[in-house]
Amino acid sequence: MDATKLVELNAAYARAIDNEKFEEWPKLFHETCIYKLTTAENIAKGYEAGIMYADSRAMLEDRVSALRKANIYERHRYRHVVGLPVVLGQVNGAADVETPFLIVRIMRDGVMDVFATGCYLDKVTTSDDGALRFAERIVVCDGGRFDTLVAIPF
Amino acid sequence: MDTRIDPTVHEAATTRHGPWPEDSLARVPYWVYQDQENYTREMRRIFEGATWNFVCLEADIPNKGDYRTNQVGGMPVIVVRDTDGSINCFENRCAHRGALIAFDDGGNVQNNFKCIYHAWSYDLSGNLKGIAFERGISGQGGMPKDFRRDDFSPRKLRTTVLGGLVFATLSDETPPIEQYLGAEITGRVKRVLNRPIRVMGRFSQPLPNNWKLYMENVKDTYHASLLHLFFATFRITRLTQAGGVLVSPDGAHHASYTIGSEDVAGAEAFKEKDLRSERDDYKLADPSLLQPVAEFGDKIQLQILSIFPSLVLQQIHNCLAVRQVVSKGTDKMEILWTYFGFEDDTPEMNTRRLKQQNLVGPAGFVSMEDGCVGGFVQRGIAAAGDKVSVVEMGGSTAESQATRATESSVRGFWKAYRRFMGY
Repeated sequence: MDATKLVELNAAYARAIDNEKFEEWPKLFHETCIYKLTTAENIAKGYEAGIMYADSRAMLEDRVSALRKANIYERHRYRHVVGLPVVLGQVNGAADVETPFLIVRIMRDGVMDVFATGCYLDKVTTSDDGALRFAERIVVCDGGRFDTLVAIPF
Repeated sequence: MDTRIDPTVHEAATTRHGPWPEDSLARVPYWVYQDQENYTREMRRIFEGATWNFVCLEADIPNKGDYRTNQVGGMPVIVVRDTDGSINCFENRCAHRGALIAFDDGGNVQNNFKCIYHAWSYDLSGNLKGIAFERGISGQGGMPKDFRRDDFSPRKLRTTVLGGLVFATLSDETPPIEQYLGAEITGRVKRVLNRPIRVMGRFSQPLPNNWKLYMENVKDTYHASLLHLFFATFRITRLTQAGGVLVSPDGAHHASYTIGSEDVAGAEAFKEKDLRSERDDYKLADPSLLQPVAEFGDKIQLQILSIFPSLVLQQIHNCLAVRQVVSKGTDKMEILWTYFGFEDDTPEMNTRRLKQQNLVGPAGFVSMEDGCVGGFVQRGIAAAGDKVSVVEMGGSTAESQATRATESSVRGFWKAYRRFMGY
C-alpha cells in the first residue's frame, strides 16, 4: 500500500474534523465498516464496548446528524496532530495500519487542552474508485478519562 | 466542624448559613454546591455515615484474593474476595505512615496485601499481620514489645451484595440493604440484575460540577424530553408516554421508568408548545442503532434507578450500565461508567448492546448534555450562594407519582440529604 496515499487519507480525516466539515468524515469509510472509540485498557482487558460504535457508514452519518441537529454542548473544536502511519501487515490488499494521534480541544472561551492521545488501529482497503478508505478504524485512547463530553468524533 | 458521633448536631434545625429556606423540599440554597465546610460535613455524615456505598461489582472479584480499589466519599478503600467467598472492605491506608496499601485499580493478591513503603502486611480482612523488622536487626531497633497491632488496623467497612452490586458502609447503624432501599426499589434493582453479568467496558467522565448536581439530574424526570432531543424524537422516552417515578419512603432512592407505547396525542402536545426537542424530519440513516428487544419480561423500555448517595443503575432498552459518582471537591466529580451485559448473551444481543451503548456515556446521544448542564449550573450560581433553586414541579412533596412531569424524586434527594446532614 502506498505510504503517501495513507498519509493523505489521514490528513483528509483530520482536516474534515478540525475544519468542522463533519459531513466529509463518513465518506472516508467503506459502506460497511467498523468505527469504535475506546481505550487501551478496555482493549487490554478484552472489553468490547466503545463510547462511540458504528458498523456502517450510515451510522457515522447519524453521528454527524446528531452533532448538527440534536445534541447541545458548549461550542468547541479539535486540532488533530496525526503521526506517521505504520503498515503492520497486508493481506489481500487490506492493510493493517497503526497511526498515533493527539487531539487538542479548543473551547469557546479559548482554553486549549490536550483532550486525548492514542493511536488509530485501522484496516484500510482500496475502493473501486481507487481511493483508500477505512474498513475499520478503532480509536484507542491512551487514557480512559473523557472530560465533560465527547460530541465530535476522534 | 462537627463529628459523626456528635448526637446534638443531628437535631440541629439550621445550617451554618441559617435555616433551610422556607423549610421546604422545593427550595435548595445554592451554597450547598459551593461551601467547603458543608462538603467536609457531607463526607463525614453521608458517605462515612449510615449509607451503603457502591464499591465494585461481584463480577469484578470472582476469585479468592481478587480485589478492586475504590473510594467511599473521600476515603480510599480496598474491596477483596476472601477465602470463604465472602467480600471484605477496608480503608486503603497503611496503619504505619498512611500510604495506600494497594495503588492499582485492582488485581489479585494470594493471601495478603503488603504496603510498598515499609512492607507492613495485611490479611484479606484488613488486619495488620506483619511488620518488617518488628524485632529489629541483631537486637537493635524494632518496634516496642508492647505495640499492639490490633489497635492500628485500617478502618473496616461492612459489605453487602444485591444483584451482584457490592456495597460497603462504615456505620453500624446502616440497615440491611433491602430495608435501606425499600421493597419497591429493591424489586427494581432485581428486575434488571436477575442473572450473572459480564463487564463490557469502563470509561470515566470528569464533570466540572458538584456531585449533587449530577445526582439531581439523574433523578430529574422533567428534563429528559426537554434537554435531550435524541430521546424525544426517537420516542425512547417522552413525558407524554406512559411512565412514572418511584421514590423510596425516605426519599433517598428512586426509579423512573417509561412504558413503551405509540403516543399521537403526546406528539401534538409537544408541537403546541413549540419545543425545541421535537423535529419530525430527523430520522436515523441506520435504524439498526436502536432495535431493542424486551429482555426483562415486561414493557418497561427504560428504567433509571438511583441509590443514595451516589450510584445509578441504568437500563435504556438493552443498554445497561452502572454509574458511580465520585466526588472530587465542591466543584469537581467523576462518573465511573461500567457497561455490562449478561453472561448468557447471544452474539446478536452483544452487537445490539454495542450499538445501543452509543446512547449513553461521555459521547451518548441521550446523555451528552448531562455532561455539560451541571457545569452550566455551577457557573450560573457563582454569585448566588444565598439564593435558592426552585424544585416545585409536581408539588412540594417527595412521594411516588404516575407522571414524569414532576421533580418529586429530586425533592426526595433533599429530604434524605437534610436528614443525614441534620439540616
